[in-house]
Amino acid sequence: MKLTGAQILLKCLEEEGVDVMFGFPGGAVIDIYDEIPNSSVEHILVRHEQGAIHAADGYARATGRVGVCLVTSGPGATNTVTGIATAYADSIPVVIFTGQVPRPLIGNDAFQEVDIVGITRPCTKHNYLVQDIKDLAETVKQAFYLARTGRPGPVLVDLPKDVQNQVFEFDYPETVEMRSYKPTKKPHVGQIRKVVKLLKKAKKPLFYTGGGVVTSGSHEELTWLGQNLNIPVTSTLMGLGAYPGDDDKFLGMLGMHGTYAANMAVAHCDLLLAVGARFDDRVTGKIDTFAPNATIVHIDVDPTSIQKNVSVDVPLVADCKSALSALVKEVKPTMDDFDWTKHTAGWVRKVKEWNETHPLTYNSDDKVIKPQYVVEKIYEITKGDAIIATEVGQNQMWAAQFYKYTKPNTLLTSGGLGTMGYGFPAAMGAQKAFPDKLVIDIAGDGSIQMCIQEMMTVVCNKLPVKIVILNNGYLGMVRQWQELFYEKNYCETCMDAQPDFVKLAEAYGAEGYRCTEKDKVESTLREAFASDKPCIVDIRVEKEENVYPMVPAGASLTEMLLV
Amino acid sequence: MIMSKHTLSVMVENEPGVLSRVAGLFSGRGFNIYSLNVAPTLEKGVSLMTIVAEGDDNIIEQIVKQLRKLVPTIKVKDLTELKSVEREMVLLKVNAEDSKRAEILRIVDIFRCKVVDVSPDEVTIEVTGDEGKISALVNLLTRFGIKEIARTGYVAMQRSMQIDL
Ligand SMILES: Cc1ncc(C[n+]2csc(CCOP(=O)(O)OP(=O)(O)O)c2C)c(N)n1
Repeated sequence: MKLTGAQILLKCLEEEGVDVMFGFPGGAVIDIYDEIPNSSVEHILVRHEQGAIHAADGYARATGRVGVCLVTSGPGATNTVTGIATAYADSIPVVIFTGQVPRPLIGNDAFQEVDIVGITRPCTKHNYLVQDIKDLAETVKQAFYLARTGRPGPVLVDLPKDVQNQVFEFDYPETVEMRSYKPTKKPHVGQIRKVVKLLKKAKKPLFYTGGGVVTSGSHEELTWLGQNLNIPVTSTLMGLGAYPGDDDKFLGMLGMHGTYAANMAVAHCDLLLAVGARFDDRVTGKIDTFAPNATIVHIDVDPTSIQKNVSVDVPLVADCKSALSALVKEVKPTMDDFDWTKHTAGWVRKVKEWNETHPLTYNSDDKVIKPQYVVEKIYEITKGDAIIATEVGQNQMWAAQFYKYTKPNTLLTSGGLGTMGYGFPAAMGAQKAFPDKLVIDIAGDGSIQMCIQEMMTVVCNKLPVKIVILNNGYLGMVRQWQELFYEKNYCETCMDAQPDFVKLAEAYGAEGYRCTEKDKVESTLREAFASDKPCIVDIRVEKEENVYPMVPAGASLTEMLLV
Repeated sequence: MIMSKHTLSVMVENEPGVLSRVAGLFSGRGFNIYSLNVAPTLEKGVSLMTIVAEGDDNIIEQIVKQLRKLVPTIKVKDLTELKSVEREMVLLKVNAEDSKRAEILRIVDIFRCKVVDVSPDEVTIEVTGDEGKISALVNLLTRFGIKEIARTGYVAMQRSMQIDL
């Protein structure tokens, strides 16, 4: 069957099982849009391309599948760059299709021409300019394969307008053959045995888990190991949900805003099992004093992550899922003659003691609403059964600290890049994937204004996302740094000039709620969550509340500022 | 840790943009390239890059891993750990008034290089060799005045026999 490039593209998407894509049209992709009505792929029209890429990313994080986004050339393409870098930093599988000027005009500074392949080279896993219709189907196949295998990531495909109009026989390849790309997946058996030996020797083992556990879908294996081998677990922001957050061996997040118990456990453990985590500086603090007494095992699918920031004793290059299941298999036969629980009992007791003496806390107040209180209430009301997206800043840290994530893929947050404006469109993408789930964006008053235009998209598409603004009238996290380290010079962080968020919601056709009293928080949230419409809940919280514990940048994890 | 030069032999898919992917990896991560040389191989669609990079062991390890991570990379070898042959070609335009010319030609002879262009007061010399030979020659010719120099950067290949002596 001979088809045009535009038709071939849509056929490829159908073959890949894509049910929805997020996008925004323009001259360079008009031929593709012309074919969308004939395709089973649903298109969600966003209001800004940044919304499209974040939505595709949120869809990917919530479902574990590849998210898809389609935009035009030039400004359409450049508007996605922040979102591409966001997905890249957190290893999220998305495929971005950009229109490009016709091939004869490429390189001539044509109208709406930009070298998007050049621009996104450093923030994509790989990218392509399709030069010939005969390569189109194979390129799309490769793009999806690259996006989801190995260390996942964003892949961009640039499509010149005239290629979209060329005609060619459609034939979707069944397999991908790339001699240069062979992601390692299976763990080395010898290394697995070594890890088990170390586990048997260690008295104070600790799991330090990251986003790799979530992306590889290995939460069951991790949970099994933590519970049966009696090993405490701390997680990065990206790893939250991979181990049940309500389990008593879970210590919460580690690092700059990590819990006391988690950071102390890192400082005192004798075996650190890093799984799908990359020793980010927000996690390690001062590198020389990070896990100073521990033998370090590092499991990661990406060899470049291993040995990059810390020196590792047992490197294990493998997909987390296959590595953890190999570990489970290897220890299972030992369960009868080795008492794992007794083995680490003293350590687990110690860690619990840290948790009890220094839990996550805040000075509660009867009059002013504390942001932490709001997050606690959200957890209580949803019983943890919601998808939470966050913006970036204090709101993000409180959402990480005071909500318990019991299932993977339920926290959507920009960890690696820290992109303000991410949460709301990501929530929109997740809501599209799970229309019946409660999807909540925990937001700051600053961040929410960065992609607020997507209100229109959620209203049009009946995506009842709930935005809960922890409104402190400041760019709170920056203000916190100014308070603690810059002698309260609150330069350009006061944001008290702001729109009336309730009216704003209403102007878009959504619902708006405002809450200024502590005893109304719960009822307001309940009302909004029960609504079948998108809502903004504007909650006026304590203006100068800080996120604690805090390890100042570059300090050791044990140098925590507590409440 | 000690900084040293490593010669990396990198086999890549010969597709558009591959050179800038490699070069961009170096600039984006603050790695230092000393020289980079690229040309097609006998195998269709495959190019060989010879990259000389400078760094301590950790940096070199990262460079190798990052190169391997690039999707079009087929193979990366660090030749520094192996017995290998390294060659660079250099063109040198040297001042050569009549009184100096004989001496310059004698040097050209000793070093087995070639004169590839002459004018009344200049000669252009082509030399191929390893780092030692080239810097020796450059040293010797400097006093005559080197007016221009063009270097290819290294090409390198692992020796067939890896004998430990
Ligand atoms: C796009 C972008 N610009 C700037 C920053 C730097 N930044 C980090 S946190 C923050 C403050 C966020 O303020 P707000 O959204 O009101 O949240 P709060 O910290 O008050 O909860 C800023 C400006 C960023 N992370 N992202």
